[in-house]
Amino acid sequence: MIEHAWIIPTILIASFWLILFFGKRLPNKGHEIGIPAVLTTFVMSCVVLFQWVTGDHSSAEPVRASTTWFEIGDVQIRLGVSINGMVAILLFVVTLVSSLVHIFSTQYVKGDRRYTQYFAALSLFTAGMLLMVMADSILLLLFGWETMGLCSFMLIGHWFEEQANSNAALKAFLTTRTGDIGLLVGFSTLFFAAGKTFDIGTINSLAASGLIEHWLLLFAASWMLLAVVGKSAQVPLHIWLPDAMAGPTPVSALIHAATMVVAGIFLVARIFPVFFYGFDIGAGGINPIALIGTITLLVGAAMAFVQQDLKKVLAYSTISQLGYMVAALGVGAWTAALFHLFTHAFFKACLFLGAGSVSEGVHHTFDMRKMGGLRKYMPTTHITFLLATLALAGIAPLSGFWSKDEILNGAYAGGYDFVLILGSVGAFMTATYMGRAYFKTFWGDYKGHGTPHESPKVITVPLVILAFLAVFSGFLNAPGIEKFSEWTEMEVPLVNAAGEPLVSHGETHSTEEGTTTQEHGSTEEHALFDGAAGSAGSAGVTLANLSTSAGASLNADGANGTATSVADSASDVTVRTVSFNNLAAGPELAAEDAEGHDGYFIPPHHKFNTTLAILTSIPALLGIALAIWIWYLGTAPKGVLSRNRFLAWVVHVVDEKFYFDWLAQNLVVKPIKGPIARGCYWFNQHVIDTIVNGIGVFFGRWMAAAASFFDRNVIDGAVNGSAAAVGASGEALRKAQDGHIQRYALFLFASVGLIGLAVLVLS
Amino acid sequence: MNGFEDWALTLLVFLPLVGAAVVVAIPRSEEGLIKIAALGFSVATLAVAIGVIADFDFDKGGDIQMEVNKTWISVINANYHLGIDGISLPLLVLSAIIIPLCIIYSWNHFPAPHNPKAFLALMLILETGMIGTFAALDLVLFFVFFEVVLLPMFFMIGVWGGPDREYASIKFFLFTMFGSALMLISFLAVYFLSDPHTFNMLELQQSGALDISRATANLVFAGMFMGFAIKVPMFPFHTWLPDAHTQAPTQGSVILAAVLLKLGTYGFVRIAIPILPGAAHDWAPWIGLLAVIGIIYGALNCLAQTDMKRLIAFSSVAHMGFVMLGIATLTDIGINAAIFGMVAHGLITGMLFFIAGSVKERYHTLEMKRLGGLILQAPRLGWLLGFTCMASLGLPGLAGFWGEFPAILAAYSPAAGLSTEVFRSFMVVAAIGTVLAAAYLLWMLQRVGMGHIPDEWKDHRIADVQTSEWLAWVPLLVMIVVLGVVPAILMGTTDDAVQGIVKVIAAAGK
Repeated sequence: MIEHAWIIPTILIASFWLILFFGKRLPNKGHEIGIPAVLTTFVMSCVVLFQWVTGDHSSAEPVRASTTWFEIGDVQIRLGVSINGMVAILLFVVTLVSSLVHIFSTQYVKGDRRYTQYFAALSLFTAGMLLMVMADSILLLLFGWETMGLCSFMLIGHWFEEQANSNAALKAFLTTRTGDIGLLVGFSTLFFAAGKTFDIGTINSLAASGLIEHWLLLFAASWMLLAVVGKSAQVPLHIWLPDAMAGPTPVSALIHAATMVVAGIFLVARIFPVFFYGFDIGAGGINPIALIGTITLLVGAAMAFVQQDLKKVLAYSTISQLGYMVAALGVGAWTAALFHLFTHAFFKACLFLGAGSVSEGVHHTFDMRKMGGLRKYMPTTHITFLLATLALAGIAPLSGFWSKDEILNGAYAGGYDFVLILGSVGAFMTATYMGRAYFKTFWGDYKGHGTPHESPKVITVPLVILAFLAVFSGFLNAPGIEKFSEWTEMEVPLVNAAGEPLVSHGETHSTEEGTTTQEHGSTEEHALFDGAAGSAGSAGVTLANLSTSAGASLNADGANGTATSVADSASDVTVRTVSFNNLAAGPELAAEDAEGHDGYFIPPHHKFNTTLAILTSIPALLGIALAIWIWYLGTAPKGVLSRNRFLAWVVHVVDEKFYFDWLAQNLVVKPIKGPIARGCYWFNQHVIDTIVNGIGVFFGRWMAAAASFFDRNVIDGAVNGSAAAVGASGEALRKAQDGHIQRYALFLFASVGLIGLAVLVLS
Repeated sequence: MNGFEDWALTLLVFLPLVGAAVVVAIPRSEEGLIKIAALGFSVATLAVAIGVIADFDFDKGGDIQMEVNKTWISVINANYHLGIDGISLPLLVLSAIIIPLCIIYSWNHFPAPHNPKAFLALMLILETGMIGTFAALDLVLFFVFFEVVLLPMFFMIGVWGGPDREYASIKFFLFTMFGSALMLISFLAVYFLSDPHTFNMLELQQSGALDISRATANLVFAGMFMGFAIKVPMFPFHTWLPDAHTQAPTQGSVILAAVLLKLGTYGFVRIAIPILPGAAHDWAPWIGLLAVIGIIYGALNCLAQTDMKRLIAFSSVAHMGFVMLGIATLTDIGINAAIFGMVAHGLITGMLFFIAGSVKERYHTLEMKRLGGLILQAPRLGWLLGFTCMASLGLPGLAGFWGEFPAILAAYSPAAGLSTEVFRSFMVVAAIGTVLAAAYLLWMLQRVGMGHIPDEWKDHRIADVQTSEWLAWVPLLVMIVVLGVVPAILMGTTDDAVQGIVKVIAAAGK
């Protein structure tokens, strides 16, 4: 199966077309195609994951299958897929969540007038995500990326009769598309930087080996970061995500848990060497990825506090959690980011679908002021929602605890203290706002109309499955198990200037020594190949030298190094990279493991730190306690926020969404649509056209005068004769001739010709 | 098939003209017969075009094939010289496809003042002009065909157009004439400056055939630039286009967008650049600059429109900007992208004009304020509009993408000797243009396709897509998808020929 994994997205694309063409005529309006298709891909994905895990694949070459797409000159553009551990895991997650969303939707959008289109779009959406995940080139990745953009447009705007919904769809598409400018520019840069190829493997290897100049990596990474900010809803382009709640709720679960919004995270993770060396991640201190992620995690969490709409709370929570993932990548905690993506997919999908179930139960509203006390009426929804809430809050031992802890641990080990501190603050806020939402929805008295009811099995069964995973999926990377790290391990083989790997797989250490000594010369060559190659270049060189004696001493250094010493030696790229390898293996394993890693770029992943885990759990527990105090016990002092002028101002700013929407609307959208566009059109109609018409009139007069010198009959005869031959209606033609247009044209032609000729001769 | 190769192109060029003559010969009262004759001849032309595809040796796309070279006007050494390579073939086939589709579309809805006989005859004459331009290898012959296109389109707009048709048609005519005149001067200059004097494009491309100073070459290029840039149209010579499109009947708009604009871009690729590669080098940054200005400027103008058809017309300015940017890079990727962009724009914008025409026919207005809820009222037409908008904004997987992204890509690394800084700035500006493209297209889709049905139309029965419309559109839709997924169909055809041009440019750069 794993060799033929390309079938997986193909099935869903076929399903899209089949539903589109035949769905309306089928008794179930299309879901009888969509659901089997997505379930098939789920089973296939399980097989792929199983094969990867059991086969000889962990920490090995990706499984690739590709064919020539087209050629330009000697540049071959290939179309293909590449499966490694990260991809296999994501296939599993995406198809699982998508399957559950499909099933859930049969109830949730039942009887909708565009039921068929809805299921077609779900199929294509999932296909887009899978295509992006499996792509072996950034070009195909772009295909998946944009396909998701299209489908999110269709799904967010599903109920487009209301302008608010179609506005939300447009906002989502255009905001993410603004980010995509970065993708176009960044990918173009990478294409040429990697020697005219879109191949991700090649790009990674070259970037990791220091064979791409540092400024190019920085340039590409900066532009692509824009795309990440757009797609993964980071500040300041996060503004589309809350509005995207206009779509049907299962769609929100799909878009905001397992697909689309994590595309940005995936992009960074997939071509991590480009970002790692482009932004000098690992040098500690501040880099734009870590900074944006951290700001986003706080801003999102803050806004989640002031929402009255349950789905909006989850939307802002998604922004905040995406901030964690981005920050994790920014501090170099690659595995942690991916792991959080993994666990988040389950608990956030569970929460969104839970919110959908609640809305079904309380007769279609998401307003928490009209809820309350639902635990009595909706026991299954309640329990699953509670478990997912606790997982999101990061309460041990639920899944969110493990992944969030890994991120904070990564920030600590990487020397990014501000991420650690602010991330902990974020954890406190997360626990509090989720506690607020939970208590407002499920405790107290019911304030809506009618009697709430539990949802049918089609809805609750997916909830139970997701809640189960929300609880237990974290153990996959718990200390002592660490299967997730093992399966996803990213190994980018370093190459020399000729593109040959420094170490080929399966070679023993002794032979490596011989080859690397040989490579020594050539690596120095490419260090020289441009002065600007800079730090990235030297990192590649020293890694290549690792198996020599110099490497041994560096190993020792790294093994003894604590996290602080890593940060201290930030200026020395060599030591930094090496010690990451050692940290990954743990001090006791370092000597042995570093050998195995020679010649590879491996993103760091950090040992579980018990002290830190306990310390970072405190904010989450405090947050829960605060939520209980305020929204469960109700004994907290009331009115503090409105009485204190500063706090009231803060609440106001948060309420106004930090004015991001206002700024985007008034500084970008309105000016462009209004004065700038209208000004351009005015310029077009009044300046350019006045000049054009002026020239026309000038020539017209001149020609009219000239024409009178000529024998009317000759010219008219000739022109009218040709017109008649055309056989057009004489009456209408005469009208169109208006002022002997042909004759004018002839003179225009002649005069322009003469002037032109004169110019040419005189020159 | 040796015999076929000798007369295939001649047949392809003149069969429509024969058709026009036949149509003219049929009495006006025999309307059914006229339609059948017109369709028959255009389909026969398409059949010949398919024969040409079948006979074309795609492994030698860089070579001129099916060449015919006969003495024509011996005094000035102008020959009847036809031939095609991988660059002309797709455009030639596009022309042969568009005309029968337009005739099918016309079947039941001829624009006022009706008169199918004249309308169809003009369309067939247009086809001769277009195919002839793409097949000509002699500058005089090229010029003649280039001008043949002008008159029928002038009459189409001037007779069958909207309320402001006179102004629009005269503007179109004079603008193009103005450019043609300068272009002709340049052709003559090339003739007299070459040694031996020749109008043969192939000979002129040989290095040494045209041994002139860079300054003179730049001046000669200027003339060609005016001729072609007006046709494309490039900013600031574009103002004839929105007027022509807005006033032209649907079929006229479709042909204009699908094929006529490509005569200009084709002229750059086939004539101006290979014959004057040195001058092309000097001009490239300026062409690139006008191209990206066109991208942004066209898009901003789109955002200010209230009329659907005028919006689509301005979008052509923006889209052709991408094509010209690709050409201006003077690289293989860029020029391939440009040709892909020409075909894609032809299919997609042609489709958009078709839809606009059908909307106009149903609602009698294209004022977007008065429209809305098309997807509710005529679901298929509405979704087709959505699909075509997505294709037009360059969504990967549909044809438009391959004209847009590779052009941006190519701007990162233009031909040797061109400033990378300048072209990378163009790249970023063009990338911003893609956002604006999405903005105006989706905005149009929202206004026209989404929302509630306006009260004005609540009680009207609006017919969904009809048979003649399906017949005319399905080929375009299929090609948009197929080319989007399998770009090799086109890239593989054009690449060899493009490599030839790039070699000429590289040789001149030394």
